[in-house]
Amino acid sequence: MAESYPQRQGLYDPSNEHDACGVAFVADVAGRRSHDVVRRGLDALCRLDHRGARGAEPNTGDGAGIVLQIPDEFLRAVVDFELPPVGRYATGLVFLPTNGADEARATTVLEKYAIAEGARLLGWRDVPVDPSGLGASALRARPRIRQVFLAAYDDTGEDLGGLDLERVAFCVRKQVERETRERGVPAYFPSLSCRTICYKGMLTPDQLVSFFPDLSDPRLDSAIALVHSRFSTNTFPSWPLAHPYRYLAHNGEINTIRGNRNWMAAREALIESELIPGDLQRLYPICTQDGSDSANFDEVLELLHLAGRSLPHAVLMMIPEAWENDPAMDADRRAFYRFHACLMEPWDGPASVAFTDGTVVGAVLDRNGLRPGRWWQTDDGLVVLASEAGVLDIDPGRVVAKGRLAPGRMFLVDTVAGRIVGDDEIKAELAAQHPYDDWLHAGMMSLTTLPEREHVVYTHDSVLRRQQTFGYTEEELKILIGPMATGGAEPVGSMGTDTPISPLSMRPRLLYDYFHQLFAQVTNPPLDAIREELVTSLGITIGPEGNLLAPGPASCRQIVLPFPVIDNDELAKILHIDDDGDKPGFKAVRVSGLYPLRDGAAGLKRRITEICRHVSEAIEDGVRILVLSDRDSTVDLAPVPSLLLTAAVHQHLVREKTRTQVALVVESGDCREVHHVAVLLGYGAAAVNPYLAFESIEDMLGVDASLVRRYVKALGKGVLKIMSKMGISTVSSYCGAQVFEAIGLDSRLVDRYFAGTTSRIGGIGLAEIHAEVMARHARAYPANAAELVHRRLDPGGEYQWRREGELHLFNPETVFLLQHATRSRQSSVFAKYTSTVDELTERGGSLRGLFTLRTADRAPVPLEEVEAASEIVKRFSTGAMSYGSISAEAHETLAIAMNRLGGRSNTGEGGEDPDRLYDPARRSAVKQVASGRFGVTAEYLVNADDIQIKMAQGAKPGEGGQLPGNKVWPWIARVRHATPGVGLISPPPHHDIYSIEDLAQLIYDLKNVNPQARVHVKLVAEVGVGTVAAGVAKAKADVILISGHDGGTGASPLNSLKHAGAPWELGLAETQQTLLLNGLRDRVTVQVDGQLKTGRDVIVAALLGAEEFGFATAPLIVAGCVMMRVCHLDTCPVGIATQNPVLRQRFTGKPEFVENFFLFLAEEVRGYLAALGFRSLDEAIGHAELLDVRPALDHWKARGLDLTPLLHVPSTDGARRRLREQDHRLHLALDTALIEAAAPALADGTPVMILTEVRNEHRALGAMLGGQVTRRFGGKGLPDDTIDITLRGSGGQSFGAFVPSGVTLRLYGDANDYVGKGLSGGRLIVRPDEAAPFAAEENIIAGNTILYGATSGELFCRGRVGERFGVRNSGAVAVVEGVGDHGCEYMTGGTVVVLGPTGRNFAAGMSGGVAFVWHLDPTLVNLELVDLEGVGPSDRVALRDLIERHFLETGSPVAAGLLRRWPAAATEFTAVVPRDYKRALAAIRAAEASGSDVDMAVMVAANA
Amino acid sequence: MPDPKGFLEHERRVVERRPVPVRLLDYREVYPPAPEALVRQQASRCMDCGVPFCHEGCPLGNRIPDWNDLVRTGAWPAAIEALHATNNFPEFTGRLCPAPCEAACVLSIAGGEPVTIKQVEVEIINRVPSLVPRPAPSRSGRTVAVVGSGPAGLAAAQQLARAGHQVTVYERDDALGGLLRYGIPDFKLEKHHIDRRLAQLSAEGVAFVTGVHIGVDRSAADLRTAHDAVVLACGALAGRDTPNTPGRGLGGVHFAMDHLVGANRAVALGAPDTAPIHAAGKHVVIIGGGDTAADCLGVAHRQGAASVTQLDRYPLPPPARNEDSDPWPTWPWILRNYPAHEEGGTREFAVAVQSFVDSGTGHVSAVRLVDVTVVRQDDERVVSVVPGTEREIPADLVLLAIGFDGTDAVPALRQLGVVANRHGTVDCGPDWQTSADGVFVAGDMHRGASLIVWAIAEGRAAAASVHAYLGGSGSLPAPVTPKAVPLAVP
Repeated sequence: MAESYPQRQGLYDPSNEHDACGVAFVADVAGRRSHDVVRRGLDALCRLDHRGARGAEPNTGDGAGIVLQIPDEFLRAVVDFELPPVGRYATGLVFLPTNGADEARATTVLEKYAIAEGARLLGWRDVPVDPSGLGASALRARPRIRQVFLAAYDDTGEDLGGLDLERVAFCVRKQVERETRERGVPAYFPSLSCRTICYKGMLTPDQLVSFFPDLSDPRLDSAIALVHSRFSTNTFPSWPLAHPYRYLAHNGEINTIRGNRNWMAAREALIESELIPGDLQRLYPICTQDGSDSANFDEVLELLHLAGRSLPHAVLMMIPEAWENDPAMDADRRAFYRFHACLMEPWDGPASVAFTDGTVVGAVLDRNGLRPGRWWQTDDGLVVLASEAGVLDIDPGRVVAKGRLAPGRMFLVDTVAGRIVGDDEIKAELAAQHPYDDWLHAGMMSLTTLPEREHVVYTHDSVLRRQQTFGYTEEELKILIGPMATGGAEPVGSMGTDTPISPLSMRPRLLYDYFHQLFAQVTNPPLDAIREELVTSLGITIGPEGNLLAPGPASCRQIVLPFPVIDNDELAKILHIDDDGDKPGFKAVRVSGLYPLRDGAAGLKRRITEICRHVSEAIEDGVRILVLSDRDSTVDLAPVPSLLLTAAVHQHLVREKTRTQVALVVESGDCREVHHVAVLLGYGAAAVNPYLAFESIEDMLGVDASLVRRYVKALGKGVLKIMSKMGISTVSSYCGAQVFEAIGLDSRLVDRYFAGTTSRIGGIGLAEIHAEVMARHARAYPANAAELVHRRLDPGGEYQWRREGELHLFNPETVFLLQHATRSRQSSVFAKYTSTVDELTERGGSLRGLFTLRTADRAPVPLEEVEAASEIVKRFSTGAMSYGSISAEAHETLAIAMNRLGGRSNTGEGGEDPDRLYDPARRSAVKQVASGRFGVTAEYLVNADDIQIKMAQGAKPGEGGQLPGNKVWPWIARVRHATPGVGLISPPPHHDIYSIEDLAQLIYDLKNVNPQARVHVKLVAEVGVGTVAAGVAKAKADVILISGHDGGTGASPLNSLKHAGAPWELGLAETQQTLLLNGLRDRVTVQVDGQLKTGRDVIVAALLGAEEFGFATAPLIVAGCVMMRVCHLDTCPVGIATQNPVLRQRFTGKPEFVENFFLFLAEEVRGYLAALGFRSLDEAIGHAELLDVRPALDHWKARGLDLTPLLHVPSTDGARRRLREQDHRLHLALDTALIEAAAPALADGTPVMILTEVRNEHRALGAMLGGQVTRRFGGKGLPDDTIDITLRGSGGQSFGAFVPSGVTLRLYGDANDYVGKGLSGGRLIVRPDEAAPFAAEENIIAGNTILYGATSGELFCRGRVGERFGVRNSGAVAVVEGVGDHGCEYMTGGTVVVLGPTGRNFAAGMSGGVAFVWHLDPTLVNLELVDLEGVGPSDRVALRDLIERHFLETGSPVAAGLLRRWPAAATEFTAVVPRDYKRALAAIRAAEASGSDVDMAVMVAANA
Repeated sequence: MPDPKGFLEHERRVVERRPVPVRLLDYREVYPPAPEALVRQQASRCMDCGVPFCHEGCPLGNRIPDWNDLVRTGAWPAAIEALHATNNFPEFTGRLCPAPCEAACVLSIAGGEPVTIKQVEVEIINRVPSLVPRPAPSRSGRTVAVVGSGPAGLAAAQQLARAGHQVTVYERDDALGGLLRYGIPDFKLEKHHIDRRLAQLSAEGVAFVTGVHIGVDRSAADLRTAHDAVVLACGALAGRDTPNTPGRGLGGVHFAMDHLVGANRAVALGAPDTAPIHAAGKHVVIIGGGDTAADCLGVAHRQGAASVTQLDRYPLPPPARNEDSDPWPTWPWILRNYPAHEEGGTREFAVAVQSFVDSGTGHVSAVRLVDVTVVRQDDERVVSVVPGTEREIPADLVLLAIGFDGTDAVPALRQLGVVANRHGTVDCGPDWQTSADGVFVAGDMHRGASLIVWAIAEGRAAAASVHAYLGGSGSLPAPVTPKAVPLAVP
């Protein structure tokens, strides 16, 4: 089989692949086999085509496939040898090397293992294939495909069948795949089974059928067809990576895969199963190296299943629902989950998994429910489940039920039993299999029940000495530790970071600082750990694990830790747990992590080796809890950095396969920040005891247990947030998951102690780590005590500039020079500014400081021949800062300057005042669309030149934002469609982007509304951003913005500011290289931002591949910002980051200053272009070969860095910059026909009625039409019902998105996700087809995330809908007959009426508007922000009116029933009213009544 | 976390000075101690900037936001630790420094009112009951001579003594402190502050020798031989003269320093009226517009002058910062009103003395003035007379406070083979070492007459270099380099 991935090169690493997809199955409930089921499966697959993707070549798909029951009759007909009865032979396709000799070698291996495992080879079949129409890449990678047939005897000589035969086939397959891979002649089995068969390949959905003629053969029959269409972020999919795998098709991504792989590897030592004969060793590794997350998942699922569990049981072990915080859960079911949590950590990440063993076929959603899944059942026993509704054309009269997959719930069809098995039934049965609760009672111990031990208080001198040893700074005490202990939360900072990354810092840095947090963007969503806390868990159990495959009462002999951070007293309890000798199964030992300083790095290394040996011996001696400690250092003995110690021991034990026999607890003196705890957990610690931080708190603030408790809470909350950023819900799966990128660590160090971690530019090794330890140690044991008189700790200077502290690029001098230069318009002063900044970058301020320009390579050109500065400034833009986060004065200053220059300013995520929308001088050309969707209306979008989707921001990738109530002044509230004085929250994820195909959908939506605007996608640099960018390019973005980790003007938790994301140099270079390798570079513009300050920065960025450049901090400074870094407090003393009218008077900025800045900058760029021999920036873009790495690095730490991977230019002949347009395929939208039909209305408002059919492929229906209406008639749209459209069928995603007033869409059928997204005044009605036989109110009518960001308009849904109905609705009115989890989340306005059940977590984060729910179950409401009330008299009138409208529009019997019983029925409703909203409304009413200033009254109320 | 709204809630307020009529009756400090509530409230105006320009504005690098916050919370012991971390003598700087930090305070942008940093500083040290000596735990066995006991010399001495070296400070005067002792009137700095600090230095092992004028009483070369290193901190006391002005030789025309030193010495003796140059009943004319002139002004009023007129060659400065020429956070050219100015006297700007008029007895009776304009041309100041503006004002006592021309320690330098530069100051390498091996320089003697904070900063930095020169282990803090200059318009 040909290798289709490009080799690892430059910054491109194929292991960064991500994928997502569409998944479906069709089954005959009664198990009746037919070719029709196969055909329908394939049809559904084709209807999911838009969820898959294609690469640079439109005829190369990312992968498609199908799993069927063994088509016995067909196979007998096509093979020329005898087959045993069905079920007694195993068969499957084999992907073999194309080279004949290699193929023969692979086949020999297969024959060998068949014999070894007691199987007999029945024969081979050449599978007919038709490669015509395949793309070049797919053809290049195409394997030879044959089909093999095996049988096996049992002891009596009878042919084995069923699971017994499956186990033999499994043993054969595992060994063949491993050995052929090792021999370089890889054989891959899409399946090898007596129950199912898989056809798949690097194909588009329609190619699957044409490529495998088998699939069209009418003899090929099955009762089950499971299909999958893949969207890979890269265009390097390979044939084996197509789904389905043997048991499953997966839509999603396992975020914790590194940890899961490691844990599985560690478990291998203890794995035994009576069911699988022989030593399992021969089948290892269970998880194939380099397998994708889905492939590994499938392998573990297979093992659990073949070892005796049913497929649903195995699936639930790996993807448990959120049981931890659900008080309503049945006790037995909870015990089932609690017990299994002791066996295995969840495989965490967004997942919709469809699975089959040939008998049952089912699907499950992960606990967050972040993937769609819809099913129908027909009256003739057909069940269809798919990522979307409407993938098969079925007569609506025959559909008897419609449902959806719900978070954590399983949907199962048993074709033998001939029925659908409900989630409750499956789980109740599993929970009853064993007395799990009894086992838990006997086995599990809680920390609180362990005996108390003495609390030790340390002297000030002792604390001080150790603070010095571990490099504590005054700043950390003042800014981090103190506030966390008193406030119980990690502090917030602003204005990004401008200090050196650790390997460039001259100062000794903690090892933690070399690790950068990874975060979810695009291919998977971050979680909302605050508003959706119920799905998260900080709890973990520690203690030895047993045999995964033979669980029993002993498996849960573990200690429960509710929190991953433990205080000193709790640690003492654990350490002394077996003091009385009564708990030998928990023997604990403290391992001293100190090393002799005088032996240097060699001593450090020796000591780590010694510790590893020592812990191995301890485990042999029965120790089951290891406490790795750095206590008790002396003048001679220094602490091994806790992280190094933890990772080294963890990885040693994983390699030794003893890891699961012990718990690792870390007693750490150097750990004190949220980030530190996260890294320790991420590299294997089960719990962390930051003892010195506790002792520092007692020393600084007094011995008070509540201070320590608050500090622990702050750490826990912070860790939860870091996990959520990566989309991980539970600490147990975060533990060991290694979701970090190392920047500045030597690869040998990483391979030895942090294997599996990416470290792309080399860096420090043990020698430098030792030097850093020594430098800190020297402060604790100084040679000259005078140094420390009055200066006990280092001042720090990471967060705030200090003379003796860390280097900052913006310091008093550079801020002053920049302001003075631009205000006095002196280019000489500007030159002084840039030379000062450039000098600071050379000293380590940034990676780009290490580059030099190779001006000698090309002949310079005269300056006057270089394009004018006025051209260059058009490539500049200012950063996304919302009106609201900054003042009108500041916002407009930037906009005016950029408009005058022809550059672009950015609205940020706060919308734009209509007054500015139409003012060419003051408008912002770039309109941002962020997760809060504030002010994102059709009018806003059609007035954009660029629309920017913010996937992440540099200051806090993976986190949401917040505008506190006291900043929501009336003028801000108006623009954001919110209530004055009521806080506004942007959720961490875009609730309509949980995957790459969702992003493609949003791009498509926006493009429909405004086809003229470029759509940007803003990403933040981290390892793998290049592959994400490739995916984004395939999702048809016009511009990709790569932000550095350092940028960002917004407020952010300090750990995010400092430790999340990577420098843009890395992200940009990786993006450029990956896009070039993919052949995608020519169709997207690449933009970069993040602390760009000088002309040199711009030219380096251009050479690395950027065409456009964003600036935020620098222009703000020009406008008067002095880097106070208090933007979040509304006290900006220079009138920028504030709405306070008094402070705004202090604003001194002028547009001219900003213009001066950009013109000076452009002049500098011209100078560099001339020196490099270019006449324009276009010529320079992507010429990374003109950068060189500074020859002699005069830096004690940076010497080990190797930046050459950044300078790699892949050898392709493709363009290095954008040369052509994306093909958005807008002409295929149904809207083009609608627009034509609506011509009279668009011309002069003449009413029109339109009637048409609709399919799920018709996405964003109404958006383009609505955009036209808005463009012509403005924000107010047209009179009601001017364009009245009736549709029949299944509406595609984003039905009715951004539809303005005057457009009414009436859909008879059902709809998918995102109905009414951004609804801007239009009316949407969704009701079942008249022929539908079912009761609408009990069935699903539309999908998830409906009315997301709607600002006005109406929606009537007759039937139930999915998760997050009305999320971030800020003005629309809706009636619906039942909603899923998280209904009305983050709502800030509008009215929602629910005439049916709600899911859990209703009204989470709801700060405005009102919801009326019929028969509300109050336990399902998140009461943090809302009150529950009866419906008052005036509201009753409005409510009745809405229900009446609902009846009139949809004919709902539920509405009719209520109206019949009105007003009695009114008492059955509960009003869900946000408290702040109520208070603000009351203040407004009171002020109006008394005639006082309404604005002031509201703000007074907000500040109260 | 500091109070983010402090500056919005509280206006700038410093403690009320003692009433003019009362304070003119004595030489005690014009500022009474400030009440704790006021100081803590004022400290709460500090915003704890991400980029604290005050901290850069201070040559010492005082960690102003840190101790402001500690004062805000009443953590006085921690505050003095933070203050002493960068500043050996906050009781001096808190009284004498013109506070470039306040000019650089973010709150002073656009004419705002900066935090009362200087008041907070002095109140921190005012609340220290006793200065605990911090003697070196071990001795290096090396000896250092420090010549001059002004702030630079004392700072160097304290740093070196704490680092374990045997330090001897030589002072030519009869009492220690340099300009602090007799150059600065008690109403700005009462002398017990110096004595208290000296006691700490003595307890830390610093030896003091007064009344020995190195270069005169004892050869500087000899001193160098007797010590492992020498730090010259002799100040810049060569008063600038105006020898070509007719009548300069008349009686009653004195250097300002002669007036001040005599007066302060008399105050020190408890007999202010015995000052050798006394202004009682006289029309006093002070030439010059700086600190020294203001000191003379205050002394003259206390001595009972009939009138005091202060003459300045430069025009009346603007009351507030000119953003074009002196943008924030640079040290602005503005009209500075010292406490002495509110005690009386008149100020004339843009005038020059043409001659001192002889009373006929060889004593001055009047000063002949003319209006002038000063323009900068090619980095030189060119003074031109405005014709027809000549006039006379009565003068019985004329005090020249027109600056200093570098060091007067000429003999010592000669003995060491060190040549002063054209400004009369002594150059040094990046390690503060002069052209003579082992001879270091710090303070005004190096920088020319400057602020006390520069003197202490240089003393600390030079000590760090001396320590390294002596092979000391570790490093002492060095807040400035010899070439460091304040942030200014390039």
